[in-house]
Amino acid sequence: MTAASLLAPRATIARVRGIRLSVPIGVIVSFVVVAVVLAWSLAPTLFTTQNPAQGVPADKLQGPSAAHVLGTDHLGRDLFARIVFGAQSSVTSALVAVTIGVVVGGLIGLLAGFLGSWTDVVLARFVDVLLAIPAFLLAVVIVSSLGFQTINAAIATGVSAVAVFARVMRAEVLRVRSSVFVEAARLQGGSNLHVLFRHVLPNASRSLVPLAVLQFGLSILVIAGLAFLGYGDPPPASDWGLLISAGKDYPRAPWLVVWPALVTVATVLSINRISRWLRRTS
Amino acid sequence: MTTTLALHPETVVATPPLLRVQDLSVSYGRTPVVHDVSFSIPRGGSLALIGESGSGKSTIARSVLRLLPRGTGRARGRVAFAGDDLLDLSEARFRPYRGRRIGFVPQDPAHALNPVRTVGSQAREAAALAGLADARAQRAASLDVFARVGLPDPARVYDSYPHQLSGGMLQRVLIGLAVLPRPELLVADEPTSALDVTIQKRILDLLDDLRTEDGIGLLLITHDLAIAAERTDEIVVLKDGRVQEAGSTRTVFAAPTSPYTVQLQADAPALNPDRYRGDVVDRGVDEWTTDTASARIHVRDVSKSFVVDGTPRPAVSGVSFRVPAGTTHALVGESGSGKTTTVRLLLGLESPDAGEILVDGQAVTGRTEQELRGIRRHLQLVYQNPFTSLDPTWSVARLVREPLDRYRIGTRAERSTRVAEALDAVGLPPELARRRPDALSGGQRQRVAIARALVLEPDVIVLDEPTSALDVTVQAGVFEVLRRLQRERGLTYLFVSHDLALVRQIADTVSVLKDGRVVEAGRVADVLSHPREQYTRALVEAIPRPLAALARPSESS
Repeated sequence: MTAASLLAPRATIARVRGIRLSVPIGVIVSFVVVAVVLAWSLAPTLFTTQNPAQGVPADKLQGPSAAHVLGTDHLGRDLFARIVFGAQSSVTSALVAVTIGVVVGGLIGLLAGFLGSWTDVVLARFVDVLLAIPAFLLAVVIVSSLGFQTINAAIATGVSAVAVFARVMRAEVLRVRSSVFVEAARLQGGSNLHVLFRHVLPNASRSLVPLAVLQFGLSILVIAGLAFLGYGDPPPASDWGLLISAGKDYPRAPWLVVWPALVTVATVLSINRISRWLRRTS
Repeated sequence: MTTTLALHPETVVATPPLLRVQDLSVSYGRTPVVHDVSFSIPRGGSLALIGESGSGKSTIARSVLRLLPRGTGRARGRVAFAGDDLLDLSEARFRPYRGRRIGFVPQDPAHALNPVRTVGSQAREAAALAGLADARAQRAASLDVFARVGLPDPARVYDSYPHQLSGGMLQRVLIGLAVLPRPELLVADEPTSALDVTIQKRILDLLDDLRTEDGIGLLLITHDLAIAAERTDEIVVLKDGRVQEAGSTRTVFAAPTSPYTVQLQADAPALNPDRYRGDVVDRGVDEWTTDTASARIHVRDVSKSFVVDGTPRPAVSGVSFRVPAGTTHALVGESGSGKTTTVRLLLGLESPDAGEILVDGQAVTGRTEQELRGIRRHLQLVYQNPFTSLDPTWSVARLVREPLDRYRIGTRAERSTRVAEALDAVGLPPELARRRPDALSGGQRQRVAIARALVLEPDVIVLDEPTSALDVTVQAGVFEVLRRLQRERGLTYLFVSHDLALVRQIADTVSVLKDGRVVEAGRVADVLSHPREQYTRALVEAIPRPLAALARPSESS
């Protein structure tokens, strides 16, 4: 009996893994890319021994070589080291942005969908107003008023993503709220708050996961865009957007633009691919 | 009526069979679902494929129509239609068969028509298949066939959109569209499982008529042994994609050889009206009419209207009934008769416009949410569909423990014990407790729902068509559990159903509802054997009578 109960769940997991292993190779590659970028941001020193902030001026603007895998910039700093160390602020700021979007947007959607009546009307109009302002413009305005820092750029990006999450959450809550198991929970003596947080929220937030992953990729792009325009941390910070922005001044050293851009594109593409796969499997 | 076409042996010998399936095996991806199935249908003959969900019966129908999912579904073997091997044909050469020579009636009529186009415009497509190019001729042929399948006012149906018609009418439309091109074979995939019983009977009668009058062969797919026995010449019993038993309906029925068929027969309520009679006699419900004091549920003159399009429509008007403690009362009626509204009123999910509902002498009506909570502790509901009534993100143990947590009963350890006891009481092994509902079968899910209703040890359990989404063998298992619990704990059941065969089996007393009114009430034995009202008689007649149908041809020959 105990042997059977121990074996049974293991077998299902193995079967689930079997299905996941048969997914397109592209998804696996995407996971590898994202894992590498996450590893860069968590432990950059494991990937490069060079100092990203201080270079050897004599080695400036060198092409890719054995000593400097991706070449050096105008101050002789190793580009690979700068990209690896830049990953940290790029990834964390995107995470901050997504967290703000999910938490604030999710809460607005949850309340609007669950309470209904005038709460819904007020919150829905607020979301409509947010949606009417172009996301990037809104982010620029917010950073301008908060100050030119990467963390402010992240907050701005998060705020501009609130509307999308609120919309999706509200629709999901409306769907779940009318389902039979929610009524069953009430019949079993569940209070409003219990039903909201134990039944409606877990079910409604399921479809928020692929959207959050998608938004993570989008946030990396928006934050890189803001950094490119100088709305992020000033040098010697090495946000990917900032690297591209600085590199564009040296047309003789194309690698300064090409590599940070490639890393950004690869990361965002991988995240989008994962999001699409998540939506299909969930 | 139930005119079963007697097969003349000479015709079988003279012409090749209309459809011959030989060693058909089907797999989805690498998973085989059908193994070496063979059967044949003569012209104008009928054959039933029987089995529970997942037995591969619909897959076989789809292979005959070549509608298997492209890429993943693969069929091997031979499917010969009037001598032509369908599986070998190219898609282009197969198309003249599908629709024109082989008609298809789908399971759920509500989803089979395009909701944004009128019925007429879709009927014209079927008429075009029949070779009618002229729009006027197409319209005439459509109206003809609508009249043929017994639709009142064909012209109105022709101009309607699907949502303006009832389920029974839509199924008639679909059968009409399927027979319009005058096919030689009609494949009907559970054509009545989404419909009310009286409409089910009319649809099956219609299929019978088409078969006798036009000589259309019928491949009927069903999970209901009683229907198959009543309506077809031959039966193929399937389980896990393998043929368990095949042969003429009468032989299979009279002397089933496989244990699975024997079980199917034993579990079909229509075939065993007296299966649980012993219990009912033990409970002695004869005093029901006189004894008013012991009523556990007392519904008195309850009415409720809903406002539809600005005008109030009565859903329930003046309904009264009593349920003595420890017995089972059935509410019977077709969809829209007010069964569900009555149950929702009883549970305090809606409040009545007039009347009174007492549970254990306490009024349910006019209570605050807090007081209702106290009453519901003794009054639990098992929903119709176990696929929607369990939160998919919760584990079984947590689902069953939820009522205990909500009502703060016992310590943590005591709750776990009671959960284990409840799971044991419904016959679920303890290792299932950690699973989520989607890792359970339909029958297991419904047992979880019953365990959840039991764990508070209520006096009354309301069963809202608790097995209509389940197979007959699973249904029998669920009712075994319910019956045992009633015996052990003296539970009172209010059982909502449209299936009179099932009601006859398990209920003590019954109220027949029509348009929100009780038209007849009393002990099950009295009401169902001597119905006084026309409506009750129609419901009783809709119970399939395979024994009578099987007896008739043998008498005449």
